[in-house]
Amino acid sequence: MNMQTDTGEFIAKKYEPKGPVVLDCHVKNIFYGDFRAVRDTTIPIEKNKVTGFIGPSGCGKSTVLRSMNRMNDLIDSFRFEGHIQYHKHDIYSKKVDAVIVRRYIGMVFQLPNPFSMSIYDNVAFGLRLNGYKGDEEEMVVKALKRAAIWNDVKDKLKNSGLSLSGGQQQRLCIARAIATEPDVLLMDEPCSALDPIATRQIEELMVELKQHYSVALVTHNMQQATRVADTTAFLGVDISQGGRTGYLVEMDETKKIFEDPQQLLTKQYVRGEFS
Amino acid sequence: MVYNPFKEASSDKTLSAPPSATDYLKDTVFRSFAYFCALSIVLLVAYIVFELGSQALPAIKTHGLGFITGTTWDTNEGVFGVLPEIWGTLYSSFLALLLGGFLGVAIAIFLTQGFVHAKFEMIFRTVIELLAAIPSVVYGLWGIYVLIPLIRPGAQWLHDTLGWFPLFGTDLSGPGLAPAALVLAIMILPTVAAISADAFRRIPYKVKEAAYGMGATKWEVILKVMLPTASSGILAGLVLGFGRALGETMALAMLIGNVNNISVSLFAPANTLASLLASTFPEAGQIEIQALMYAALVLLLITFIVNVAGLAVQQYTMRKFEGKK
Amino acid sequence: MSQLQMEEPVLPPRIELPALEKNLLEVRALKNYFLTSMVWVLAVLASIPLFSVIYMLIVQGGARLDVEAITALPPAGFEMGGGFGNAIVGTLTMVGIASAISIPIGIMAALHLSILNPSSKIATVSRFLAKVLTGFPSILAGVFVYAVIVITTGTYSAWAGGVALAVLMLPTVTLAAEEAMKQVPQKMKDAAFGMGCTRTQVILKVVLPTALPGILTGVILAVAGAAGESAPLLFTALFSNYYMGELAEPTASLSILIYNFSGMPFENQLELAWAASLVLVLLVLFFNILARVVGRSKFKE
Repeated sequence: MNMQTDTGEFIAKKYEPKGPVVLDCHVKNIFYGDFRAVRDTTIPIEKNKVTGFIGPSGCGKSTVLRSMNRMNDLIDSFRFEGHIQYHKHDIYSKKVDAVIVRRYIGMVFQLPNPFSMSIYDNVAFGLRLNGYKGDEEEMVVKALKRAAIWNDVKDKLKNSGLSLSGGQQQRLCIARAIATEPDVLLMDEPCSALDPIATRQIEELMVELKQHYSVALVTHNMQQATRVADTTAFLGVDISQGGRTGYLVEMDETKKIFEDPQQLLTKQYVRGEFS
Repeated sequence: MVYNPFKEASSDKTLSAPPSATDYLKDTVFRSFAYFCALSIVLLVAYIVFELGSQALPAIKTHGLGFITGTTWDTNEGVFGVLPEIWGTLYSSFLALLLGGFLGVAIAIFLTQGFVHAKFEMIFRTVIELLAAIPSVVYGLWGIYVLIPLIRPGAQWLHDTLGWFPLFGTDLSGPGLAPAALVLAIMILPTVAAISADAFRRIPYKVKEAAYGMGATKWEVILKVMLPTASSGILAGLVLGFGRALGETMALAMLIGNVNNISVSLFAPANTLASLLASTFPEAGQIEIQALMYAALVLLLITFIVNVAGLAVQQYTMRKFEGKK
Repeated sequence: MSQLQMEEPVLPPRIELPALEKNLLEVRALKNYFLTSMVWVLAVLASIPLFSVIYMLIVQGGARLDVEAITALPPAGFEMGGGFGNAIVGTLTMVGIASAISIPIGIMAALHLSILNPSSKIATVSRFLAKVLTGFPSILAGVFVYAVIVITTGTYSAWAGGVALAVLMLPTVTLAAEEAMKQVPQKMKDAAFGMGCTRTQVILKVVLPTALPGILTGVILAVAGAAGESAPLLFTALFSNYYMGELAEPTASLSILIYNFSGMPFENQLELAWAASLVLVLLVLFFNILARVVGRSKFKE
């Protein structure tokens, strides 16, 4: 059953995860200054699965994703209410260092953003940051292979990361993010700046990656969610109180969301009746 | 019908008339004049080089390359050499670059990497810009009456305790390299800071975001990502700052002591090419003027090389982030 | 190091990550504190000279700044009183001459560089040389003008000083004006061309009015820089103890007066040097503030 808040706002039915949960995200409210960007959104990220986030633009799906490794802390006016449980730690607890959270929970961004250094140094960046004592080269090669870019770059590891094509840059960024073996990989519309072929490659890669990592994927492309995501969360926008506040409408297995949604809003959205 | 507002004045034509012959003539004259003005910059530089060259020619013929390696400047004997001035120019500028460059980069980081609120950042940037606006001669005056008395006890102490060390080998009796280099450092700091800050601002936000996303601390982001990425821009700032220091005249003429002397001691008086010109030119006779023209040519050459190098690095930086995804 | 408690072991080899909990005594945290306080200290340190200079100008220069100082003629040796009225007039005159020469040429050159033919060979070369000239030692402008004007006319003069300052102002004005004109959106120019304007008309009616605040800012900053210059005046305008009678005679300037008086062993002259410095800095500051005010109006439209 769906519930309501004290003020009568809609709260989605809680999705009961089937497997172990790595990152249990309970957003009560997210504010930017006085602006309430997201409310009442509970999304569990399951282990070794891809969790998709879909919804119209402005629904706060990226905001929620960025709260999961405290990237939003970089914005001064950002305020988070709720809790996000990572194993047994609340990552928003006062005792927790936001910087370290990001080492456990990696991120891939909308635009490919390699550093202006060699391909090898890009991937080794995180290892060096953490003072990794083992065989650095082995880890770099492994990350590049897992990111399915090894064959493209194995002969030019010393070239600048910026010399690659857009799709290659994005895979390099994925390699950089997974080199330190993070638990969770947050991907914020990673294909939005790529052409269809590169998009396809990244999508195949995501399916591969979930063997090793738990992936949270924000996408504006519903087909992408059906192709890649195991579970899907649909977020809507509440404009009833004058603002534009995002909230979770429905979360379930992807198949269910697209074929048999329980909420009318979800049904309209997946049919393409609004976007 | 197209309404042409520029045709209103000439009422004998219809509104849709094309530009008249007079308009085309005006246009041609105007554009030729603009062309000539652009050309005049090229001609000016050529004329400067030619004029200094031809004025210096008698001295070049007389003294040859010995002028550059000579260490004596004696008008009565007619012996002219500028090695001490070249040394003083390079050494004082190098010292200024060490200090001013370090401070300038630190300030660029301070201004661009979110250490201060945007409002305070504006105020601080203004302070640094004003530092550049103070006339050189005022810094000279300040150097004589504030800086030299201020650093003299410290210099004395360094000389007394560490006198065996070449850097502190002499006493600071008044003017000298240390006060000159300090004032130079203050004067080039705004140049270095402005160009470096620009290099930092040029880095796309997504790069910083990527570094934070990897779990880097604020300073890891700055030192391991921002600084290497901005390095070529910072280098340009340092080289151009060095170029400024080489040509700086008045403050040095007032503070360096104007003594033909080659010494590594920070407290020894010295001379630079620019301050040699400033202090000697007004009372020089014809032979000495020719030698001074030669010295001016040497200064022109040194600053030209340094400035072109700095501009080349700056150009490279500007292209670095453009045209790439 | 306390590792995170994992419900299940993660794939080996897992690299060793620091604990999630904050540890303020860790090397990483300490390094952050140290470096942050360091840039603060350096930033404060860098602004000390400015405040020290301003303090000295107000205390030393302000004490002597009166009507006599800004109107009277410079005193000789042991003479008391006096001022630097002729130097103020001289500085303003020579900056005026320099502006009259360099501003029109600079703006016209900028038009060529930014609009008329930005990628021509002459534009590329003169843009580059203008940049080189901005880093040109100012004393060389003096040497050049000495050779060209002082030797030819046989006398130091306000003309020579003004031309020397113009040589220094020209590249600054050109580059600043070019930058301002480049900011004019192409669509504005296209609109005017689309209405059948000649290039000259587009420039006079669209580009110049739109770019005006930016051009003025650059021009005023160049004027401020020229007002504070002294090296190029040393042996072009020289100095004079009297009010200027004509432009073809040696002329006093504030900066040269400060230079000359700074080395004198007389208290009176030294006080006047500080007072003249205050006037000079106020003049330069006035232009700087004016440039900022003019520049800001650009964004209000």
